[in-house]
Amino acid sequence: MMSSRDKILSAVKMNQPEQVALPSLDGLRGAMPATLDAYRKVLESLGGSLFEISDEKEIPALLAQHYPEMKRVIAATSGERSWIHEDPHMLEDVDMAVIRGQWAVAENGAVWVTEEEAPVRVLPFICQHLAIVISRERILATMHDAYEKIGLPLTGFGVFIAGPSKTADIEQSLVLGAHGAKSLVVFAL
Amino acid sequence: MNRQTADHATLADKFNENEPRVNWHDETLWWVRAKRDKQAWSIPEWEQLREAASQIKLNVLGNLHGYLLQFEQQARQNGAIIHWAADAAEHNEIVTAILKQHGVKRMVKSKSMLTEECHLNPHLQANGIEVIDTDLGERIVQLADEPPSHIVLPCIHKKKEEIGELFHEHLGTPAGNADPQLLTAAARAHLRKEFLASRAAITGVNFAVAETGEMVVCTNEGNADMGAHLADVHIACMGIEKIIPQRKHLGVFLRLLARSATGQPITTYSSHFRTPVPGKELHIVLVDNGRSRQLGREDFRNSLKCIRCGACMNTCPVYRRSGGHSYHTAVAGPIGAILAPNLDMKDYADLPFASTLCGSCSNVCPVKIDIHQQLYKWRQVLVKEGHTTAGKTAGMKMMSAVLSKPGTFKRAGKMGRWVMRAFPGMVNNRLNPWYKQRDMPAPPKQSFAEWYAANEEKK
Ligand code: SF4
Repeated sequence: MMSSRDKILSAVKMNQPEQVALPSLDGLRGAMPATLDAYRKVLESLGGSLFEISDEKEIPALLAQHYPEMKRVIAATSGERSWIHEDPHMLEDVDMAVIRGQWAVAENGAVWVTEEEAPVRVLPFICQHLAIVISRERILATMHDAYEKIGLPLTGFGVFIAGPSKTADIEQSLVLGAHGAKSLVVFAL
Repeated sequence: MNRQTADHATLADKFNENEPRVNWHDETLWWVRAKRDKQAWSIPEWEQLREAASQIKLNVLGNLHGYLLQFEQQARQNGAIIHWAADAAEHNEIVTAILKQHGVKRMVKSKSMLTEECHLNPHLQANGIEVIDTDLGERIVQLADEPPSHIVLPCIHKKKEEIGELFHEHLGTPAGNADPQLLTAAARAHLRKEFLASRAAITGVNFAVAETGEMVVCTNEGNADMGAHLADVHIACMGIEKIIPQRKHLGVFLRLLARSATGQPITTYSSHFRTPVPGKELHIVLVDNGRSRQLGREDFRNSLKCIRCGACMNTCPVYRRSGGHSYHTAVAGPIGAILAPNLDMKDYADLPFASTLCGSCSNVCPVKIDIHQQLYKWRQVLVKEGHTTAGKTAGMKMMSAVLSKPGTFKRAGKMGRWVMRAFPGMVNNRLNPWYKQRDMPAPPKQSFAEWYAANEEKK
């Protein structure tokens, strides 16, 4: 008896139309600027906030000022990292996680984060609040630029994060903080 | 299984009994459509993007066999376990077997229209496995014991007061409180417990990349990630048409998807799953369930380009005023009306007729599916195959006679507009099912063709 795999593949082969060439992706970038201002505008429209900093050392004070109630803050950027070896479920009580982002995209506010920056995959989702540190030199205009820079995957997991977690499932009223981080702050170096 | 109990017209009639509710439903969806327009208009290259997306998908259809093999090979190399399911029943058996093997009794699932299409939840329940839907909208309809009424906005048919009551009953929120902020916070607390306790998680798949063997899952809530990263076993269920050739093509689709769906520039999370974490399992179930058959139907194969954004529903005058449940199928609206008859012509023969063929769906579709033309073609197929009632067949014959002759069309339109203006009651009567419970809008004095001709003369 033919396996389902072979059955599906042979039906697909028989029924698929003649192949056409892939289109060129040139000329899809439009005129989106790759600037910090453009990025900030979109991020804020998504409910995120942005601080310009000149040194990562400024971060703890800024966090203390804007998020005074934080008990457990962990930084994947520096400091004590024993949590990496813990059961990921133990990150449930993390109030604030600070991670680096590789690239930021001006057209949609997204930041590309991989397992390199978030060594426990669930960290940027399970934390109550999230802070991402980006370099202003690494702001790109569109998603086409982003995939060009990122290239092929080097890690097992990567994610574009654009703003805090949200839902509008109840009568289309926007609520921030569905299952992931309730707020997102981006620090631009 | 979801066997037909009543046809679209009957179910739509029921939905239309509550006129203020219908108006609200209509306006809410139109508002979502307007947000989509705003996003689309802010991107000067929008039309080129749609064209590129459509062409990439056409390329996929022409080499689906090759891409599936490539994806399978890459995903295996990444450490994923690949399963193939010919139909819904096999899909459900595969998922059940994986869960039983791990002794899972209760688990979380993020949004997957495929598992809705396969009726996975009742199957798992029958096997003693409880599924908790984690997308807020899906959880709401699950608590209400209803199917989603929209592929992107599952509980768009529900008022917040009803949700407040459901949550009061099931989650213990204060009686009479319908504040979305409070209800969402309650759901967050309730579902966090489920995420933390769940050893297995099911997710859908938005895009699967042949080149890399990775899958991209898009959510705003973060529920797919909370489930998949905390569980030991991640089961990703996807239709075979979700394949795209290369990673760079994600750029095109991610730019279009959320803008078309809800008018956001991108979803909050676009997660790229490639390998399982050491010690954990990643299963990918590739499901056919009629897709290879649809691929062979020249007139309908383009429907497989669909990226499930829901834009065609939000814009559809029939969907907006009849509600998702009136389509009695997992994927409602214009695209659902093309996909469903492929699964069962007899049960879904009514759906291609639930359209005015106005073409608004085709105009907004980010992958440029010729939706309204396919609906028209399905009508012809269904009539020929004898799946329609006499009334519709007669109407069809007339419609096809009218639409095929531009001269007749113009005259009939002129006549129709005159009749409507002169005797609105004559059209808006019980004999014309379209106008039950509706007041007819004032007809325009000129048709577009007449207006155009008059304006041309003036120049
Ligand atoms: S048919 Fe087009 S508009 Fe409708 S859901 Fe699919 S992609 Fe979106």
